[in-house]
Amino acid sequence: MLEEILMAGFGGQGILSTGQLLANAGMMEDKHVAWIPSYGPEMRGGTANCGVSISDQPISSPLVTEPTTLIVMTRPALEKFGKAVVPGGRILINSSLVDQDIDRDDVLVMKIPANKIAEEIGNPRVANNIILGAVLELTGIVKIESVVESLKKVLPPRRHNMIPANQEALERGAALAKELK
Amino acid sequence: MMKKIFTRPKALTESPFHYCPGCSHGIVHRLVAEVIDELGVADDTVGVCPVGCAVFAYNYFNVDMFQASHGRAPAVATGIKRSLPDRIVFTYQGDGDLASIGTAEIVHAVARSEKFTSIFINNAVYGMTGGQMAPTTLIGQKTTTTPAGRDQEETGFPIKMSEMLSTLDGAAYVARVSVHSPQHIVKAKKAIKKAFEIQMSGKGFAMVEVLSICPTNWGMSPSESLKWLEENMIPYYPLGVYKEPAEVK
Amino acid sequence: MSKILMKGNEAIGEGAIRAGCRHFFGYPITPQSELPHYLAKRMPEVNGVFLQAESEVSSINMVYGAAGAGKRVMTSSSSPGLSLMQEGISYLVGAELPCVVVNIMRGGPGLGNIAPAQGDYFQSTKGGGHGDYKLITLAPESVQEIIDLMAKAFDLSDQYRNPVMLLGDGVLGQMMEPVELGDIKDVKQTEKTWAASGMKGRNKPNIINSLYIQPEDCEDMNEKLFAKYAEISGKEKLWEEYQLDEADIVLVAYGTAARICKSAVDKAREKGIKAGLVRPITLWPFPDNVIADAASSANNVLTVEMSMGQMVEDVRLAVNGTCPVHFYGRSGGMVPLVSDVLAEIEKLAAGGDR
Ligand SMILES: Cc1ncc(C[n+]2csc(CCOP(=O)(O)OP(=O)(O)O)c2C)c(N)n1
Ligand code: SF4
Repeated sequence: MLEEILMAGFGGQGILSTGQLLANAGMMEDKHVAWIPSYGPEMRGGTANCGVSISDQPISSPLVTEPTTLIVMTRPALEKFGKAVVPGGRILINSSLVDQDIDRDDVLVMKIPANKIAEEIGNPRVANNIILGAVLELTGIVKIESVVESLKKVLPPRRHNMIPANQEALERGAALAKELK
Repeated sequence: MMKKIFTRPKALTESPFHYCPGCSHGIVHRLVAEVIDELGVADDTVGVCPVGCAVFAYNYFNVDMFQASHGRAPAVATGIKRSLPDRIVFTYQGDGDLASIGTAEIVHAVARSEKFTSIFINNAVYGMTGGQMAPTTLIGQKTTTTPAGRDQEETGFPIKMSEMLSTLDGAAYVARVSVHSPQHIVKAKKAIKKAFEIQMSGKGFAMVEVLSICPTNWGMSPSESLKWLEENMIPYYPLGVYKEPAEVK
Repeated sequence: MSKILMKGNEAIGEGAIRAGCRHFFGYPITPQSELPHYLAKRMPEVNGVFLQAESEVSSINMVYGAAGAGKRVMTSSSSPGLSLMQEGISYLVGAELPCVVVNIMRGGPGLGNIAPAQGDYFQSTKGGGHGDYKLITLAPESVQEIIDLMAKAFDLSDQYRNPVMLLGDGVLGQMMEPVELGDIKDVKQTEKTWAASGMKGRNKPNIINSLYIQPEDCEDMNEKLFAKYAEISGKEKLWEEYQLDEADIVLVAYGTAARICKSAVDKAREKGIKAGLVRPITLWPFPDNVIADAASSANNVLTVEMSMGQMVEDVRLAVNGTCPVHFYGRSGGMVPLVSDVLAEIEKLAAGGDR
C-alpha cells in the first residue's frame, strides 16, 4: 500500500498544514510517511502545493509526481495536475472554489462544496478537513481518530477548542464519500 | 621617543622583519606591539594577518595569530570575536586587501559594529605582487598596471576608506594617521592605542588607517618616499579622527 | 522516545546543536534556508552564536575564525554558495581546521534552479577548491539519518582536523519525515590545544596558518594530509547494502537517488530479477571495496545519479573492468522515477549474462 496525495492550491488556504496533519496522523499509526512542499519560485504567484506519501513500506521518493489522490483548491491546480493522476486514482475538487470539470473517466472525481459545508458547521477554517475526511474514507489510508489525535499534538492548547469543529468536518467529508462509494 | 621605538616590545618575537628597507610595515608592527604591551593584553590578544606584504606578521607578533585569505580578515576576526568575546582581536590589512578584494567584509564588519580593531595600511599600491594599482592609488600615480599614471577615465578614483566607513553607524572609532615623521609616529601610536581601548570598552568597531610608504614599488628612496607621502597623499587623504564615541569627544 | 515530524534542513540544525555545535555562520539560499531559520531561533536558546553573513565568502571565513578559535562550527549553503566558499575551504584544510559544511544541492550549472540535484559530487569529493585535498563527505538519505550522522560529522572533523561536508539535495532538505531525536547527551569534545584563542599563560603563540612558503615544507604538509587521508580511507567508510544476495545487477546510488533505487530494486525482485543496491554513505572515503566485491559476482553494475554522471567514474574505478558499468541519470533538477530506473534494470536483465 502506497498512497501518494498531492494537495494544490493557493498560499493561505492552509494546504501545507493540512498535508502535515495527514502525515502526522500516518506517523501516529506507525506508517512510513513523507511530506514535501513545493518551494521557491513556484511559490510566487501564490500557489502552494505539497505531497504526502503514506505507506507500510519505506518511501522511495517523497516527490509526488503521479499522485494516487489529488486535492485541488484552485482552477489552475486542476489544469496543471489533473492529468498526472494515475488511472484508478481520485481527484477531489473543492467546488466552492473551482467550477471547472475534468475530462477523465479513468479516475474517480468528487466535487465537494467544502467552504459551503464549513459555513454550515460554523467555521470557515475547517474546509480543508472536510475534503481530508473524504480522502480518508476513499483511501482508508489513516483513521479519522488518528487525525483528531494529531490535531491535539499540532495545535497549541489554546486552540484545542477548534478540535470539535474539525472532527465534525472530517466526519461530514467521510459521510459524503461514503454515499459516493 | 625614538629610543623607545628601538627597544623591542615583548609583543614582538625575535624574528627579523623581512620588509624592505624603510618600509612602514615594520614601524606599524612595533606600534601595535607596544600598545599591546602597554595595555598588558598579550595573553588575551588574537591577531589576524592578511595576504599582502604583511602575510608573515604571524611570525612577528608574539600573540596567537591567524593567517586569513586575501581580504577576508574582517570575517575571520568576526568568527574569532564571536567565539571568544572576551579576547582582544585585531586585523592587520593592506589597501588591496581591505579596500579592494575585501571591501564587502570590512563594510559589513563595521556595519555590524564587530568589536575588533583593524589596522589598515594605506601605501597606495599593491606591494607584494609587484607594485600594481591599488584602490588607493592617487590620480596620476605610476604603477606597474598604470604605467602612464592613474587615469580616472580608465580606472576611476581612489577610495577614501576612513571617510566612507565613518558614515556607518557601526563605526565607533575611525582615524587616519601617518608615519612619515617621528611626531606623526607618536600620534599614530596614540590612535592605535585608542582603537584598542575602544574595543576593550566594548564600544564597537575601531579602525586606524595608516598612510604608509612602499619605497620599493614607488621606485624612490625611503626619504624621497616620506616626502612624497607628505606632499601627495596627505592632501588627498586628510589626517584626523573621522569618528569617535560621543562621550570621549 | 516518540517520533516527531521534522524537515531535513531543520534536522541538520538540531543534529548540529546536539553535537555540541554552538556557532553558525551562513547566507540565505534556497533550498537550505530552513536550516538558518531554525538555528536563528535555536542558537539563542543554547547560548550559541547565529550570524547571517554578508556572503558565502564571509561565512566560510567566519567559520575559519571560529574553528581556529577552537569552537565546533558549521556553515551551510546550496550549490552556487559552495562555489564561492571553495577558497575558504581550501584554507581550512591547509590550516587543518575542523568544521562542518552543508551543501543542499540544487540544479546547475550557473544559477540553474532550486530543484533537487546531485551535480556537486565532483566538487565535494575531489577537493573542490585549489590544491591537493579531500573532504570527508557524508550523504544521508533520510531525515533520520541526518540526525544520526551529525554527531559523526563533527567528531570526524575534530578527530582528523579536516572539514567534513554534509551533502544532500533539495528533496532531503525540504521533506518532512518522522524522526526519533533520542536523548540529548553530553558531548565529549577533544581538547584543542592548537587553537589560537589567546596565549593565556602559554609561552608560545599558536598560529592558524596555511602558508608554507618553502616548497619542501608545503610538500611535507601535503604528505601529512595524505597520510591522514589514507587512515581515513582505511577506517571511516560507511555504506548500506540492500538486497545484494546473489545480485546479478548491482545498483550504486546515494542520497535521494538511492531511495528511488531501493524501490526499483524491490520491484525488480518482485519480477524475479536479482537486483541489489550499494548505497555509499561516505562519498569520500568511497566504499570502493564493497562495490568491487558486489560487482565481482554480478553481470552488470548500474549507477544512478541526479546528474549527468559523476560518481559513476568512481564506480568504474572500483569495478576496474570486472563487469560493465552503466549509467542512468537525470539532471538540472529533474528526479528519476522508480519506473525509469526499473526500465533500465529490465533492459540489463534482458541483455542476459555476460
Ligand atoms: C584570491 C587572491 N587573489 C590575489 C592574490 C594575490 N595577491 C597577494 S598580495 C596582493 C596584494 C596585496 O596588496 P596590499 O593589500 O595593498 O598589501 P601590501 O602588499 O601593499 O602590503 C595580491 C593581489 C591572492 N593571494 N589571493
Ligand atoms: S614591497 Fe613595499 S610594502 Fe612590501 S615590504 Fe617592500 S616596501 Fe614594504
